[in-house]
Amino acid sequence: MNDHSSLTVKGIGAAPGIAIGKAFLLEHGRIPVPRYRLFGEQAVADECKRFEQAIAEAEADLETIKKSIRSEFKEHAKLLEVQQMILRDPSIYGESLRCIKEERANAQLAVTKSLRKAKELFSSLSNDEYAQSRIADVNAAGERVVRILAGHNHTNLENIHERSVIVAHDLSPGDAIQLQAGRTLGIVTEIGGIFSHTSIVARSLGIPAVTGAENAVRLISQNDIVIVDGRTGVIIIDPSESELQFYANRQYEMEAYLKLISRHAHLPAQTSDNHRVSAEANIEVLEEIVAAKDNGAEGIGLYRTEFFFMNRAELPDEESLYRDYHDLAELMAPSQVTIRTLDLGADKLTSWCPTLEEANPALGLRSIRLCLHYQEIFKTQLRAILRASATARNIRLMLPLISGMAEIYQAKHILREVQAELSRKRIPFDKDMPFGAMIELPSAVAMADLLAQEVDFFSIGTNDLIQYSIGIDRSNEHVAYLYEPLHPGVLRLIKQAVDAGHDAGIPVAVCGEMAGEPLYVPILLGLKIDSFSMNPVALPRVKNLIRRSSMKECCRFVNKVLRMRTATEIQQAVSKMVMRNFPEEFRVFDQNWAENATLPVLKKSSC
Amino acid sequence: MLIDPRTFANRRETALIQSDEESPAIAQEFIVANRLGIHARVAAQIVKVACRFDSEISIAKSEVAANAKSILDVLSLLCPYGTKVFVTARGPDAAQALHALAALFQTKFGEP
Repeated sequence: MNDHSSLTVKGIGAAPGIAIGKAFLLEHGRIPVPRYRLFGEQAVADECKRFEQAIAEAEADLETIKKSIRSEFKEHAKLLEVQQMILRDPSIYGESLRCIKEERANAQLAVTKSLRKAKELFSSLSNDEYAQSRIADVNAAGERVVRILAGHNHTNLENIHERSVIVAHDLSPGDAIQLQAGRTLGIVTEIGGIFSHTSIVARSLGIPAVTGAENAVRLISQNDIVIVDGRTGVIIIDPSESELQFYANRQYEMEAYLKLISRHAHLPAQTSDNHRVSAEANIEVLEEIVAAKDNGAEGIGLYRTEFFFMNRAELPDEESLYRDYHDLAELMAPSQVTIRTLDLGADKLTSWCPTLEEANPALGLRSIRLCLHYQEIFKTQLRAILRASATARNIRLMLPLISGMAEIYQAKHILREVQAELSRKRIPFDKDMPFGAMIELPSAVAMADLLAQEVDFFSIGTNDLIQYSIGIDRSNEHVAYLYEPLHPGVLRLIKQAVDAGHDAGIPVAVCGEMAGEPLYVPILLGLKIDSFSMNPVALPRVKNLIRRSSMKECCRFVNKVLRMRTATEIQQAVSKMVMRNFPEEFRVFDQNWAENATLPVLKKSSC
Repeated sequence: MLIDPRTFANRRETALIQSDEESPAIAQEFIVANRLGIHARVAAQIVKVACRFDSEISIAKSEVAANAKSILDVLSLLCPYGTKVFVTARGPDAAQALHALAALFQTKFGEP
């Protein structure tokens, strides 16, 4: 079968690894429509009610999606509004109800019929693009209702029963959260970049992904065999025998290497010249503890607590938060766990806070600011954390988005109030629970020497620090190329924070994505970071490189790097250094490494 | 092409919104003046405004009329730039409805 021609699409390599498998197109999942006659008045009334509920649910879904759309895609929001109107349109809504009542059809059949009529109307009018896109609108609205009626809620991600490569225009954060690592071989999306939500989730789950692959949804059909190379961004549709063989070999090579280094993942994160650091895991739900431990995590460096507050109608109560934190502490004891207090924007908490018209939520009422504003939410969480701290005395408390001393004073004041209240009620807690600040804002770096005297540890959130210091929104594709972790300005800020922390005698961790990037290991070691906290899947590779690095050499290297002028220059120096010191790592993970090393950072592979 | 007459024949009925003694129908003629014509987002604006009123409202183009409260109906009228349409309203708030819709047409739906 060498004569058939495969099709190659180029996107952005967003999560390393190679996937070979059947494509599963997310948007066009057809749902079988059962048809039956309703018997009796009661059945008809029940079916009408079921239909009404499905419409209401579809409307609510669209509303949720609308809210999650970023401001640069406001046009999409308007199209969703059109879909919402179609749901309530007399010729869909009224006609479906009539069909249920008069023809005694079941709801799915009634909806399908009315949809078909509407589509026929448009195609009878003209056959141009206008009619086609109206039909697409009708389909999108209708399929949502049919899916809900069939019990396939929200997305059809759960309906994937075979291991497959997911192909979609874009994955919403909601979709991405529902990805099942076991069933997802790879991910292809038409929009997004290295740092978009899909990419971050894919990397954290260890799923190869290519984003920004234009027209992928149109070019790939359901069940096509595809190869996804998450290192180079290449997607091959319907590959030839020789292509399959080539990629299967690469895949095997990579897996063999990962298996080899994973076997040593439990060894301590200690450099060849005996400098001991700590390698910890960032997790979001307790289930991830298994992955963290399997991959050799020496603690939890970041427990994100937002999960409990999102996607629910009511504020979580203290008791359920306590149980969660208690289990976390117990499962990880005696290793330490660092719990970050609520790090959400007001836009994500619409059920409880009044909706704010924020032109720029990233600079708005979020994170610690939100907690200090709505103190009851904050106090509830602090009470739960404090109570859990008595479990094994291994909990550390960490505040996000600290901008200066005032927030530290205020937060400490509230913490003391909560502690006093617990003491009064004779509820035990760890009185010595370490209290730390995340360093994510340039102003916090400038204040680091004074902050260090008030807190017990620093943890540098590099993702936000990079965005706020360079002043870019990394999800904005027009400026995403400016997101440069190796920007000399960023490295200087990190150094300043580390030095200030060490001068005051407190440890400094990095819990942003930089910590999980094998390429940056020598730099972060040389900057004297004490603890690396990352996605569990990144641990074996990072630990492997830490163990093979010499602290002395890294320090010398960083001294040289800190005198460099541009991110490109630093990128090249780093590439050269790691290529020399760890050739096997990069032979396996990036075939084009030598080539990429000479290109500007813009083209950086994300391995 | 089989279209159930009950679904869309009402377009003709809405076209013939007639005055009766209790509530007279009022009508006004407009020209679609935005470059893209009545596309999906514009139709959504029209329907949104129309739904605020209790009156029956129709938009007619030559022979055919559409229920202004149905987005699919409005879209199926196919009104590109320059189309002459006749908006009719009948009911307790007909005058206000017509006034509100006139504002939309006159501002070209906020488009070029």
